[in-house]
Amino acid sequence: MNVTRQILGVLRKDMLLDWRGQRRAVSVFLFGTITLLLFSFAVGPDSEALARHASGYLWLALVLSSTLALGESLRVELEDDALEGLSLLPVDPRALFYGKALANVLFLAMLSLLLVPLGMVLYGVHIEGSVFDLGLLLLLGIAGLAGPGTLYSAMTARARGRDAMLPLLLYPLVIPVVLASVKGTQLVFTGDPMNQMGGWLQLSAAFDIVYWSLCGVLFGKVIDS
Amino acid sequence: MALDVQGLARGYGQRWALAGLNLRMKPGNSLLVGGSNGAGKTTMLRMIATTLRPTAGTLRIFGLDPSTELLAARRHIGLLSHRTHLYDDLTALETLDVAARLGGWSNHLDHLQGLLERVGLAGRGRDVVRGFSAGMRKRLSFARLLLQEPDLVLIDEPYGQLDPAGFEFVDELVAQLRDEGRTLVIATHLVERLAPILRSGLVLHGGQMKWVGPAAEVPKALMEALAE
Repeated sequence: MNVTRQILGVLRKDMLLDWRGQRRAVSVFLFGTITLLLFSFAVGPDSEALARHASGYLWLALVLSSTLALGESLRVELEDDALEGLSLLPVDPRALFYGKALANVLFLAMLSLLLVPLGMVLYGVHIEGSVFDLGLLLLLGIAGLAGPGTLYSAMTARARGRDAMLPLLLYPLVIPVVLASVKGTQLVFTGDPMNQMGGWLQLSAAFDIVYWSLCGVLFGKVIDS
Repeated sequence: MALDVQGLARGYGQRWALAGLNLRMKPGNSLLVGGSNGAGKTTMLRMIATTLRPTAGTLRIFGLDPSTELLAARRHIGLLSHRTHLYDDLTALETLDVAARLGGWSNHLDHLQGLLERVGLAGRGRDVVRGFSAGMRKRLSFARLLLQEPDLVLIDEPYGQLDPAGFEFVDELVAQLRDEGRTLVIATHLVERLAPILRSGLVLHGGQMKWVGPAAEVPKALMEALAE
């Protein structure tokens, strides 16, 4: 059985579930929106400070919303122990991981397409650099959250206090990717006269490769245990 | 051998949920497993289904060792457990389609609709599982089991959540699976119903094998084990 076909099968199934569970998508989007607003309220009317730290606030909103989304994506699998049903099929565990992780990337990409323009309006920032760079930064940053996030959400899905466990495990691990994404996004908003963007993109990509390779191997052991 | 189990055991801390299970089944044989709550029936089925790792012992499924050839072994196994393993937001047809795509089985619409018809869900293929009764969910998971065409069929409490018509449906389906030459291991409290249908019997009590014999004698052996 072709692993690629299995990955596409899992991806298709998760996208169907995401489409049917639109209330989940709406609640995650509203959570992200409220987080963006909270940063705006916390800083107050100082529009310069807001613009200066806009990339950080945007990524914090994305990180917090993605934690909610990642936890939800595994909750669906545990409702009737559907994950056990999946693992009973002769499916390569790597296919389960990459299918679910890709579905999470797509979900978070859709979320970022809504939250980033909203944040830019709220914080009064504009794109001075390249739109392509922003897209690439978002994609790499989201992949850096979704890869380990999928693994850790599976790991903590049956744990007591899982809502606290997931961020406790995930956030320290994704600091390099979040840092690279924030710095890169800042360059998109303020311009990049020193050509630093390439370095941040490479850092993000390097961590993504490590995360996705390791998590793909470990996922089978996690669901098996 | 379809199933070769030697000294299979599963412990939780100091307590053994099941210990010292020895079992050899030829292809096409059928086994009725009786036992009270906590006897180890579900633990036994889950270990054979490879979803629960044994603490001790060896297991071979059609000559395959799941500890080294897990995916190949799982290709032979179909498990219907207490849980139906269904997604609430998928339709009945999508549920079968997902399993077919992942397992590499036929997902032709006529085939899937035929399976739904066979379990009494004809015309409900486009309905979302969330709206199904517990009995309908059980029937849908039977359809998924049939889709897999497993050589080794493991069923834990097949009558759970079903109405009297559902009981008849299970009896007929089990007889069909037996006649198709599949190897069956079925655990239930309602041993009287399956005793005439299956060939061999096993009674578990307190995590131990208490009795082995013909399926027809399981009800009596179970009563004796409970009386001890």
